[in-house]
Amino acid sequence: MTSPGKRSVNKWLLHAVLAVLAVITLIPYLWLIIASLKGQDDFFSAIFFPPGDGPLGIGWDKLTLNNYRELYELGFQKNLINSVFYSATTALFATLICAATGFVLAKHRFRGRNLITLVVLGALIVPPTLLLAPGYELLYDIGLLDTAWGLLLPLLAPAFGVFLFRQAVIQSVPDELLEAARIDGCSEWSIFFIVVLPLVRPMIGAFMLITFLAMWNNFISPQIVLQSAEKQPLSVAISQLRGVYKTDYGLLTAATVVSVLPVAALFLILQKQFISGLTSGAVKG
Amino acid sequence: MRSGEIDRSRVVFSWAMLAPFLALFIIFVVYPLIQSAFLAANQTFGPGTRTYVGTKNFQLLFSDPVFWKSIWNTFIYALGSLFIQLPIAFLLALALNSRKLRGKGIYRLIFFSPQLMGLVFVSILGALAFEKRAGLVNQAIAFITQNPKYLEIDWLQQHVMATLILISLWLYVGFNMIYFLAALQSVDRSLMEAAEIDGASAWGKLRHVIFPSVKPVATFVVLLSMIGSLQLFELPYILLEGSGGPGNRGLTIVMYLYQNGFDLGDLGYASAIGWVLALILIGLALVQVKLTRAQEVGQ
Repeated sequence: MTSPGKRSVNKWLLHAVLAVLAVITLIPYLWLIIASLKGQDDFFSAIFFPPGDGPLGIGWDKLTLNNYRELYELGFQKNLINSVFYSATTALFATLICAATGFVLAKHRFRGRNLITLVVLGALIVPPTLLLAPGYELLYDIGLLDTAWGLLLPLLAPAFGVFLFRQAVIQSVPDELLEAARIDGCSEWSIFFIVVLPLVRPMIGAFMLITFLAMWNNFISPQIVLQSAEKQPLSVAISQLRGVYKTDYGLLTAATVVSVLPVAALFLILQKQFISGLTSGAVKG
Repeated sequence: MRSGEIDRSRVVFSWAMLAPFLALFIIFVVYPLIQSAFLAANQTFGPGTRTYVGTKNFQLLFSDPVFWKSIWNTFIYALGSLFIQLPIAFLLALALNSRKLRGKGIYRLIFFSPQLMGLVFVSILGALAFEKRAGLVNQAIAFITQNPKYLEIDWLQQHVMATLILISLWLYVGFNMIYFLAALQSVDRSLMEAAEIDGASAWGKLRHVIFPSVKPVATFVVLLSMIGSLQLFELPYILLEGSGGPGNRGLTIVMYLYQNGFDLGDLGYASAIGWVLALILIGLALVQVKLTRAQEVGQ
């Protein structure tokens, strides 16, 4: 048996290792935020805060919001709005479409159901990169290149989402409940909206968040589909910014902060609701 | 009579619910998938300019040294993730799984947090942090060693693969840790206690109790990590600004696909690359299914 003394040494060692790793994980954020507040000259004078006469030996007066002002003057806020629009639209419609499809494939009987289910499951193994070239050619043929439609429509029917919602419905929507609603005179449409959707709410929340984040971080689709600079989301705009202002570290770090902050905040706010949503489902079940 | 009407209205409802998905799925997944097979047998100069070349794309591809280079790079990266990233993620999960540890939730959130930034923005941050002179990494190394010569380490040109593996380590370790944590929580408590009473060593517990029960999740994480790694694109594309780097030492398979299809306009050659990659990925998935089956039979 290990002695209590050895145990507590082990415990402190474990904490020390974890703390070092946590600091390594966190330092890039700190560096990023401070860098976005520095002028170009202070970049080489210190890793973090520029030295000076202020408290803690830091030149607080050298910190500036100029980088953010410059971003605004370059019209970066337009790209921010584009990202919000693309991500919100995709999250909303992909969730609705996948929930509807998943529900019908799980609970309704009709000819062709098994074939469709099989094809959707089969589509899960198709790597998205295989569809890049033919998808681009298709958008060219139907005249949707460089349009929001061309960017969004191909992303609104992910087989993965149908699979997830089909599983969620099978797990948390009992047949008896659907029959009871039908006997009470509910139409099939109101059964879907009033009975089914609330029962799979944890999956709706999780899938909306996943889809929103995936679209926010999507680079290759807008890079291929959109050509006009004013239509680009943040992901592409920031890489183009780097192409033009390669050594303007202040501007690039500020652009990264602006791009990342909204989604990080969204996740941190919603995180608790997802957990409570998931657990409330478990209690009811 | 009446039940027939109900059946019919339900069938109409089913198809109405399916219609948006089916329309989008057929137009934007099934049709392009079929076209990609045709495209692979053509050469194009931009969209809508096909010239039939038969199997020439594939012949060209297999004798194309740049393609082999991209396969080599991609596998080096994938194996790097597999043998460096996943063991670290597993050890972290083991550490955070101990019952008495304080601040578990905070550690978990911190290690997971890079995932919230997203690959593209992590790539930009990585590109800036690994710059010569001004970058965080070189400044930190020079500060710790007090030797300014380390400011000149040329990560982005000379050590591309190492840079890619280091950045993805920061990005993905916490993500994979979450899977392992979930798996560790399913380890049978009573089995652990029995092992403790029998005086099993830490290694004995790990080998005979923890490994067997984590194995299904571990094979899943390995597959997921391999599939993701083999499709690596954004990180090297942004670090190297669209080129493969000097001597293509950072070129990946999907980057080569992108360069051929969208920089040079040969969607046919790009599709051929896409098919080779798809077959590699499907092969991997089949191996995974086989392994899982073998495990189930073994138990």
